[in-house]
Amino acid sequence: MRDLSCDVLVIGSGPAGLAAAYQARRSGSGRVVLVERNDELGGILPQCIHNGFGGRVFQTDLTGPEYASRWIHQAHEVGVEFLSRTMVLSIEPGPSIVATGSVCGLVRIEAKALVLAMGCRERTRGALAIPGTRPAGVYTAGTAQRLVNIEGFMPGERFVILGSGDIGMIMARRLTLEGAEVAVMVEIMPYISGLRRNLVQCVRDYDIPLLLCTTVTGVIGRDRVEAVTISQVDERWQPVPGTQREIPCDTLLLSVGLIPENELSRMAGVALDPLTGGPYVDERLATSVPGIFAAGNVVHVYDLVDHVTESALQAGRYAADYARQGAQEKAPIGRLIPLRAGRNVQHVVPQALHMEALEDGEATIEFRVRQPIEASVRAQITSGDQVLVSRRLRYARPSEMVTLSLDLAHAQRAGRAEMLRVEVIPSVA
Amino acid sequence: MADHRQFICVTCPVGCSLDVLVEGSELKDIQGHACKRGITFVQEELTAPKRVLTTTVRVQGGTLPLVPVRSSGPLPKGVLLQVASQLRQLVLQAPVSAHQIVIHDVLHTDVDIITSREVGRAE
Amino acid sequence: MRSYDVIIIGAGVVGSLIARALSRYTLRVLLIDRASDVGEGTTKANTAIVHAGYDAKPGSLKARLNVAGNAMFDRLCAELDVDFERCGTCVVALSDYELATLRELHQRGQENGVPGIELLGAEEMRRREPALTDKASGALYAATGGIVDPFGLCIAAAECAVLNGVELALGTEALDFTREGQRITGVITNHGEFRSHWVIIAAGLWADELLHKAGLDGFYITPRKGEYLVLDRVAAELVHTVLFPCPTPLSKGILVTRTIHGNVMLGPNAVDILDKDDLATTAEGLHEVMAGALRLVPSLDSRSIIRNYAGLRATGGTGDFRIEVPPELHGLLVLAGIESPGLTASPAIAEHVVELLREAGLSLAERPDFDPTRVGRPRFSKLNRDQQQALIAADPRYGNIVCRCETVTEGEIVAACHAPIPARTYDALKRRTRVGTGRCQGAFDTPLVITIMARELGISPLEVTQKGGNSRLLYRETKGAAP
Repeated sequence: MRDLSCDVLVIGSGPAGLAAAYQARRSGSGRVVLVERNDELGGILPQCIHNGFGGRVFQTDLTGPEYASRWIHQAHEVGVEFLSRTMVLSIEPGPSIVATGSVCGLVRIEAKALVLAMGCRERTRGALAIPGTRPAGVYTAGTAQRLVNIEGFMPGERFVILGSGDIGMIMARRLTLEGAEVAVMVEIMPYISGLRRNLVQCVRDYDIPLLLCTTVTGVIGRDRVEAVTISQVDERWQPVPGTQREIPCDTLLLSVGLIPENELSRMAGVALDPLTGGPYVDERLATSVPGIFAAGNVVHVYDLVDHVTESALQAGRYAADYARQGAQEKAPIGRLIPLRAGRNVQHVVPQALHMEALEDGEATIEFRVRQPIEASVRAQITSGDQVLVSRRLRYARPSEMVTLSLDLAHAQRAGRAEMLRVEVIPSVA
Repeated sequence: MADHRQFICVTCPVGCSLDVLVEGSELKDIQGHACKRGITFVQEELTAPKRVLTTTVRVQGGTLPLVPVRSSGPLPKGVLLQVASQLRQLVLQAPVSAHQIVIHDVLHTDVDIITSREVGRAE
Repeated sequence: MRSYDVIIIGAGVVGSLIARALSRYTLRVLLIDRASDVGEGTTKANTAIVHAGYDAKPGSLKARLNVAGNAMFDRLCAELDVDFERCGTCVVALSDYELATLRELHQRGQENGVPGIELLGAEEMRRREPALTDKASGALYAATGGIVDPFGLCIAAAECAVLNGVELALGTEALDFTREGQRITGVITNHGEFRSHWVIIAAGLWADELLHKAGLDGFYITPRKGEYLVLDRVAAELVHTVLFPCPTPLSKGILVTRTIHGNVMLGPNAVDILDKDDLATTAEGLHEVMAGALRLVPSLDSRSIIRNYAGLRATGGTGDFRIEVPPELHGLLVLAGIESPGLTASPAIAEHVVELLREAGLSLAERPDFDPTRVGRPRFSKLNRDQQQALIAADPRYGNIVCRCETVTEGEIVAACHAPIPARTYDALKRRTRVGTGRCQGAFDTPLVITIMARELGISPLEVTQKGGNSRLLYRETKGAAP
């Protein structure tokens, strides 16, 4: 097989991979190679034809393809090399990868540093154990999006959408604009799981019924979906007897969660956090395997692409640093302090950080709350009783990631802290 | 008589929850906006609500069968389905360039429909 | 009108192996099935276990053919290039009372001539299966038990038969028989009439309806539904063999087993139903399966479930296989009630059927060019890097991964579309190549597979179906007219 070597290797050309590769080159890496399994670059962005991208990063409102285009262009400009139509089969010590593509055949690529940017997959009907028959016509929203926007086919005419994730709401609008009917969207929780702006501009604008505290309890149909049964649920998400009804439709669309895609990470021996499904990372986005970094949805699911980009730029920079340093300089700096999810927080990234590293700059701490708090809250990072940094927010929702920045001053206040806690607590007045 | 109403602003992904006091279609008071665009949003929502349209248009002879398109600015909310329907009838010939104008001043709104990316010619 | 020596109704694993067995001789054989692919009935939805044979009643046809069939599996799967592993099976006792059941099974096994069975104590059992429940008091271990690819076996047997001259007619449903007096002379199907000296009914769930059409009353098939849960490969570290609970009169119970494909499978439960087309899983059934599995392996995590499905067993009234030439008629051979251990017994059933035909006067002259072997298509994920590279060099489409979860390449999809029994539906591709069977359940590969299938089968993407009939995957072009 072909053998290549490079300084920084990036897996995935979505927004995370593109930003990481770009920044690695900007930070001085000699050879940066990005491997992408699709024909086209951009990861999931080419099929995200809606707007809402780039508000922070470019100060303008772009569609997914436009955002991808800018980053692909930038990455090209700084000399990133792309290997598309190439899928990574395994990650091996080095780090190195073995990949395959119809153009290049099998190829082994040795790198001094590796950035994992494989994104995530969608939760499936099987994972939800929805009973019933197994006809054609059950799709995850992302697969339907690819079919509608890239391949040019509608997977059905009359849809029921399970889950109020952003992809589901976006597809509710998309399908309606292409002449299909969305009969109803059902969401098991008492609140939507995606952004509120999408509730307005994708669901309410088109008079699509949304039923909260409701789920799909069965699929009916022999060859093709003919109907689904829906039912209200109680506080423990169990169907409420007597509320089940049948909704005729030909397609069930699922938007019930994204799962970081870490099969390769696991193969590489990278330690995974069961709370996120992604690697444990530190403030440099370094994983538990020296030389392997991770960025984007493969670490935890982001809400905005701009946040992915900002995080991935860091990963690219640190991957480049790692690649450039000699072996003796690669030892991590100082003590590694764990960051734990405290009151009302579901998970935190990074899961640990080197306080001494804050001399280089701020660390961005990203987290989500467990449940919505529709009232004034304080998001804060504490060390024991001491509050290091605090920010007031008007509300906190699971669908919106929260960030706090830790800088050197905070680190000095923390002193010899053993652990930091991230929490979101209701404000008092 | 002033009414209390609630809006979710869609100008940016934050989606501020806006508590608004309205008299007729006049904005009397607004709370909850993180920036000035929230005020504009509510004023428009009360008088002439607008939305950005994104969809696709068929391409003939291209490397892809569809090109994503967007409105260059927000369109009156009421015409979205009509414009989308109109765009469903169009076919562009490859090659298509990025930000090519597909329809200029669609339905006399002063807004163009432009492509979001290029699509090359198929071999 | 086409005329045959033997028509076999039903291309499940039994019918396909019978076809292969008959293709050894200079006979004109037609194998028909009403579905769009072979093995679409019970063959594709069972526990995929090759049973040791201690369970069947001594002296029964089930017992004899189970043990005989089991012994044939190594050679059969080697000849047909089918995945099979003799990993051993265990019946686990969860109480002292159940230890008595184990001893009974052990005794029965010895009467049935099952080699390699032994009673194990709890500690030994847990040494072999660390994730086994603390409540296990002992086990019956059968070294000859194993796991197999049941639809792979069916496809391979049918391909072998076809390569040896058997004609295959899919989408062909037997509607009635033609007869002359007490002699069956042929089959009337939805694609016309076929004449034959012999007709073999190997029609699984529909055996009784065909028997009635032939004028033989009084036999009824009860569909017995079993639901299954499939777990992600990561769960496979929890079980190394096949774990059965102690059996009940209804069934062998809810198993926890590794599958030959590397997953873990839980199930089946057993519920008698009325409708032979009812393959729906139910909330209660899936709950029962999970509960049953947890009794054996308490650390199973429901978050690793990737799929659920149901299969129907054809349960006859008698408790034994019915394989006979009915005395009332000439030219008919009936197989009915081939429930568990049908899969295990299938190669022995095929030989038995050939013997019955020989005894009934069918002249069997061997074909000199009969080849009992069949080589399957290359599977990229099973090859080492050198072999993979060679495959890609010969055909670059083997370098294009289509299904990430199971590492399936475009080359394999293409090969399956042009095999001796071509895959014509998405599900047929799944059974042949494993595409779409991983944790993403087709979310990534489906658009790619549709494109490849349309290209290889020469159809529009709008005509690609999941499993034939009305199961099309796409409705119209995005810009096509909405109804």
